[in-house]
Amino acid sequence: MDLPLIWFLAIAVLWTGYLVLEGFDFGVGTLLPVLSRDDTDRRVMINSIGPVWDGNEVWLITAVGATFAAFPAWYASMLSGFYLPLLLIVLALIGRGVAFEYRGKGDTERWRANWDKVIVAGSAIPAFLWGLLFANLVRGVAMGPDHVVTTTVFGLFNGYAVLGGLLTLGLFLLHGAVFLALKTDGPVRLRARAFAAWSGLAVLPLLVAFTGWTQARSGEPWTLVPALVSVVALALGAGLVRRGREGWAFSATTVAVAALAVLIFGSLFPDVLPSTTDPAFSLTVDNAASAPYTLTVMSWVAVVFLPLVLGYQAWSYWVFRRRVTRAHLGPVH
Amino acid sequence: MALDLARWQFGITTIYHFLFVPLTIGLSVVVASLQTAWHRTGRTEYLRATRFFGKLFLINFAMGVVTGIVQEFQFGMNWSDYSTFVGDVFGAPLAMEALLAFFLESTFIGLWIFGWDKLPRRVHLACIWAAAIGTNLSAYFILAANAWMRHPVGFEIDPTTGQARLTSIWAVLSNQQAWSTYLHVVAGSFIVAGLFVAAVSAYKLLKNADEREHELFRRTMRVGFVVTLVAGIVVAVSGDHQAKLMARYEPMKLAGAEALWDDEHGAGFSIFAVGDVQDGRNHVNLQVPGVLAFLATGDLNGDVQGINDIQDRLTAEFGPGSYLPNVGLLYWSFRMMMGLGMAGVAIAVVGLWLTRRGRLFPYRWQYRLVVAALPAALLANIFGWLLTEMGRQPWTVVGELLTANSVSPGVSLTEVAISLSAFTLVYAVLAVVELRLLVKYVKAGTATVMPYPEDAPEPERTDERVPAFVY
Repeated sequence: MDLPLIWFLAIAVLWTGYLVLEGFDFGVGTLLPVLSRDDTDRRVMINSIGPVWDGNEVWLITAVGATFAAFPAWYASMLSGFYLPLLLIVLALIGRGVAFEYRGKGDTERWRANWDKVIVAGSAIPAFLWGLLFANLVRGVAMGPDHVVTTTVFGLFNGYAVLGGLLTLGLFLLHGAVFLALKTDGPVRLRARAFAAWSGLAVLPLLVAFTGWTQARSGEPWTLVPALVSVVALALGAGLVRRGREGWAFSATTVAVAALAVLIFGSLFPDVLPSTTDPAFSLTVDNAASAPYTLTVMSWVAVVFLPLVLGYQAWSYWVFRRRVTRAHLGPVH
Repeated sequence: MALDLARWQFGITTIYHFLFVPLTIGLSVVVASLQTAWHRTGRTEYLRATRFFGKLFLINFAMGVVTGIVQEFQFGMNWSDYSTFVGDVFGAPLAMEALLAFFLESTFIGLWIFGWDKLPRRVHLACIWAAAIGTNLSAYFILAANAWMRHPVGFEIDPTTGQARLTSIWAVLSNQQAWSTYLHVVAGSFIVAGLFVAAVSAYKLLKNADEREHELFRRTMRVGFVVTLVAGIVVAVSGDHQAKLMARYEPMKLAGAEALWDDEHGAGFSIFAVGDVQDGRNHVNLQVPGVLAFLATGDLNGDVQGINDIQDRLTAEFGPGSYLPNVGLLYWSFRMMMGLGMAGVAIAVVGLWLTRRGRLFPYRWQYRLVVAALPAALLANIFGWLLTEMGRQPWTVVGELLTANSVSPGVSLTEVAISLSAFTLVYAVLAVVELRLLVKYVKAGTATVMPYPEDAPEPERTDERVPAFVY
């Protein structure tokens, strides 16, 4: 196998990990006002992702860093081409991260209410925008031979991309609700379970529409498999959570998100940033890749350290495996 | 114009980021050491100090993490031509930083915050050390990337694409600019952290709010002084090495920092100068003879290159154009860095002497001076970065790529203006919030993070489980 292909796969894996992991903590953040009745409920929800959200976000940092190292031209054109949406995402992530850490450190209701708004906006905005951007990635952007993206920010809000954004927002809400059903106990768990079951009815049509559209416009024959897997897994997840099989339901929504990511990267390949101006101007796995030496070095680093990272991150989930409950929540520190 | 705004944004967001980074680097190790002391002795006092400074560390840590995200994105967003040119070389240490350091740091800090009552004590202690190691490791990778921009090694220019191509990762990671800068920056960070601990302790002693905390803060103030003193020695030694590297690889930066206009044999160290950039000379220049030559070459009679002569050489090598950095800014940044940094370390040294063998400061103004040493040390760090980064101009990669050719061609002035304003605004609000929270937790003292037992003297040793920090 050639190195650029390996690194395309590696970056797809990193993004998939990011969407699966931060997907549920975006969902939990957005659902904060929906599934809570008082401050203790909200603390239960926030503490369910408390120990892990920061580690989840590093998947993004690593995906972007790996893109910089392995496909500099992709990194440069994509980040400068998606300027304003990425600016919003970065600002959202800043606000959200600070909000988690600071909301419990004030004394007034108003202080907490304000930070809660930041958590909701800081979770919902990226949940929508990542879908919007990935859809645009698959769809392609206006780009000349100099690889400078000329699609305006208004052009990024096309029908297909907006559908993609609504889908990731809905999917992450569902994924987050299932996570809460799995990781909390008491009233939040019950509400999360009900929300997850019902929201499945709204998210499923979005998923069918988006995967169908994607498959029709740029899919390969084999990408029909992840498209179908995603739809089936989502339906299963919503059904299982209603029956109280929360562990299985969470596995199912994880598969649904991961399969969607496989569909996206499968449809993108062998391009990394297609040009709608002329396919000849597209950035591809081959013309955007770094030289073999860099890719070899990076491969060794990844082979040694990625399993280690997976190991200790899995261990941290194991340490915090117990459900977060109102009764066992200690005082804020 | 978009170029200017992109530069302002890089300057503002990076300096802001570096207000939090030094504390994260240094304080992680201080907190880990305090917890190790508790683990070894079981003395409640150490646990109390760990939790108190640990809480302040976390308030600061959050800001460092979120402002760091911006850095990784803005290379691609605002500097896409730079990114395409350097990605093959520069991207590797960045990706390694994420994979080797950031995962370690963020996963184990989560385990440390929430794991107090869930992990065995020894494992919990290992978590803060893992986070501290991750933090200090991340500094190495990013500084190796930064050092490469100032002294590019281990690469070649691809003849077909015209882009930099990595030829030796070892050369990039063992670049002498990289490890020399690392020592200097990390030691500078430990000065900030040491003076942070000392300043907070001095403030508590000054206010004398809680009798029970008195002995604790007297000790932690001395801990802060010792950290500052040791780090100060490393800063001085590595700084001297940095000056020599600067003379060899970035003569223009050194000449600018010294307002030295012409090549000189046995050049003097400038104390105070008033120069004229148009004329290329100084009107006034108070010098200590031979000292600059010694700093740059290790020989009082060594040769140091001057701005005008370097300009001529660079024009001959790279074609017509101005290769002058902002000389006035470099000159004063250099002096502010050294002056404020030395003042901070001096306060720590005198403080250590005055508080020997259980003594306390005789005057209240002495506590206030220790508090003032903290912003001085932070400013010294900032001026150091101004010198380093502004001194590299007009290059992003010295001798290879000009800043003017690094910016994103497809990003409009409006877009950069929106982004610059948004960051400035959000960062200003967050700065106020963060500072107020720090002050609040310092004032509240150790009882908020670890309540004193009611109606009973506190036990000397603490062996039972400690409640976790939770959101």
